[in-house]
Amino acid sequence: MSELREKIQETIENEPVVAFIKGTHEQAYCGNSARALDALRALGASFTAVDVLPDPQIRQELSALSSWPTIPQVFVGGELVGGADVVQELAATGELEAKLNEKLGETWRRPGEERTVAVSEGSGFRLLPGSPG
Amino acid sequence: MPGCYLRPVSERLEELLRAAFPEARELAVLDRTGGGDHFHVTVVDPRFGGLTLVDQHRLVYAALDEPMRDGTIHELRITTRSET
Repeated sequence: MSELREKIQETIENEPVVAFIKGTHEQAYCGNSARALDALRALGASFTAVDVLPDPQIRQELSALSSWPTIPQVFVGGELVGGADVVQELAATGELEAKLNEKLGETWRRPGEERTVAVSEGSGFRLLPGSPG
Repeated sequence: MPGCYLRPVSERLEELLRAAFPEARELAVLDRTGGGDHFHVTVVDPRFGGLTLVDQHRLVYAALDEPMRDGTIHELRITTRSET
């Protein structure tokens, strides 16, 4: 397993809720990534985002791990719960909330607790909104 | 004459979906923007029964693997159900 794939696997396993998106939690660069994050926000879920844009390898390795070809991808407790369409649909039926409760107990509901982490060495160069300079 | 006013890309996607889901009770391909690269496909097929939405969508992605890979499909929205 490549180092990058290991890092992605670790992130999926260690982060209670992780969304692989185009962009960051502060600025999603794709409507579908934004839809997935908004579904999590509407429930008040804390989440970690990973930006796949800095390194095309992230997408390839992630899809190889998850058997899911597109971005975004949302994982809860290590399990793929879906892309934007599935996450939105599960949110509407209450199943997303049920999945969060099932996998994480009551710990997930922390509105506004959001962050973006890097999984690739190549991802340190994006100027985040609010960064100096 | 169903299909005669569809764009060629929509037709190709519909053919692929028909081949993959011969028992489908409903199958629709919508060109969301008219640009021939943003699509919304709907598949209603009894074989989805008992599968999670993730696995249902995986089957649709598999059916459209080629146009996904070659860049024909830039964005794909999927709706699946096991019953109408």
